[in-house]
Amino acid sequence: RINSDGKPAKFQPPPKPVIIDKQKQREERRFLSPEFIPPRGRTDPLKFYIERKDMIQRRKVFNIPEFYVGHVLAVTTADPYANEKSNRFVGICIQRGGKGLGATFVLRNVIEDQGVEICYELYNPRIQAIEVLKLEKRLDDNLMYLRDALPEYSTFDMNMKPVSRLDSEEIPVNKLQVRMKPKPWSKRWERPKYNIKGIKFELPEKKMKEAQKWSQPWLEFDMLREYDTSKIEEKIWKEVSEALQK
Amino acid sequence: QGLLRRSVSHSFLSFASITGACRAIQKLTRVRVVDNSALGNTPYHRPPKCIHVYNKTGVGKVGDTILLAIKGEKKKALIVGHKMPGPTMTPRFDSNNVVLIEDNGNPIGTRIKTPIPYILRRREGEFSKVLAIACNFV
Repeated sequence: RINSDGKPAKFQPPPKPVIIDKQKQREERRFLSPEFIPPRGRTDPLKFYIERKDMIQRRKVFNIPEFYVGHVLAVTTADPYANEKSNRFVGICIQRGGKGLGATFVLRNVIEDQGVEICYELYNPRIQAIEVLKLEKRLDDNLMYLRDALPEYSTFDMNMKPVSRLDSEEIPVNKLQVRMKPKPWSKRWERPKYNIKGIKFELPEKKMKEAQKWSQPWLEFDMLREYDTSKIEEKIWKEVSEALQK
Repeated sequence: QGLLRRSVSHSFLSFASITGACRAIQKLTRVRVVDNSALGNTPYHRPPKCIHVYNKTGVGKVGDTILLAIKGEKKKALIVGHKMPGPTMTPRFDSNNVVLIEDNGNPIGTRIKTPIPYILRRREGEFSKVLAIACNFV
C-alpha cells in the first residue's frame, strides 16, 4: 500500500474480530426444568439419580424446550385413532406438575366456544414434537383461574405461527390482568392462599376484605416448611448439563 | 351391639345436599347437547338431565350411553366429553357434552361443531355414524 506521499504506509494490523461466546451467554442464563428437583422427603437419592439418568436419556433423543407457565405451545402426539396417526394441539400452559419421569403440563385452549384442557406427560414416548409458539411468562405460577376468566383470554389459533424472538437473555413477563366471568367460580380466587396477581378483581371492597380473613400470614415465617433448593439445583444442573453435552 | 345411627346435623347444613363431587356423568347431572338437532337446541325452562347411565357403575365416561330427559321426553344420548379429568393425554372439556342418539345408534342431528376426542374412534363400529357427522377432533 502506498500513501499519497509515495512512501509505504505503516503496517496497520486488521481490526480484532469481536467473538461473541454464545456458550458463555447461554450458561449465564441457566434453566433447570422443575421436574429435576427432587421433592422434600426421606427417599433414597439413588432413586432420583436413576430417574434423572432416564430423563437425560430421553432428552438426548427428543428435544424438550425450555418453557414456563404462560407459554403457548404446540404439541404433536402419536395417536393410533387420529387420521395420519398424529394429533396436533395448541394451547397455553396453565400448570406444570409432577417430578421426575411423571412430570406433566396442562395446555388449555378454547375451540369453537368449548374450553379444552389436555394434561400431557413430558417424558411420554407418544409425544413427537413440542414447539414453543409464544414465549411469555405470566405473573402467576398457576393459571387455573383461566377456567373462570372470559374465554377470550384462553383462545389461541390452532394454526398460529411461532412468534420470532432473539436468543436474548430475558423472557418477557406479561403483566396482563385478566377479567373474570361473574361469580360463582370453581375456586375462590380472591382468597390469599392462592396468591393470584394476574386477575383484575372487580369485586366490592367488602368482599376483598372478607377474603383477607382467611389469610395465614404466619406461613411465610414457618421454618419447618422451608425447602432451600439452591445447593441441590447447583449439583443437579452440573450433572445434567455435563451429561447433555456429551 | 347397638348400631351407631348417623345423626344428621340440623344446623344450617340441613338445606345443603351432601352428595360427593363426581364430575363425570351420573343420574341427575345437567348436560349440554352439542349437535344441531331441533330437540337439543330449542329452549326449554328445564335443562336436559341424565336419568340413567347404561353402565355397571352408575358413572358415565366418554363413550357411554345415557338416558336423557329433554323437554318432557326420554332420549338416549352418547357422552362425548365431561368435566372430570380422565387419563393423561386425553382432553378434558369445560362442560359435559352429549350427542342425542336413537335406540339403534343413529344420531338425530346432522352436524357436531364442538371438538370430539379421538378416543371415540376406538369403537368405530358402534359410533361410526356419530363420528361421520363430527367436524372437529381433538
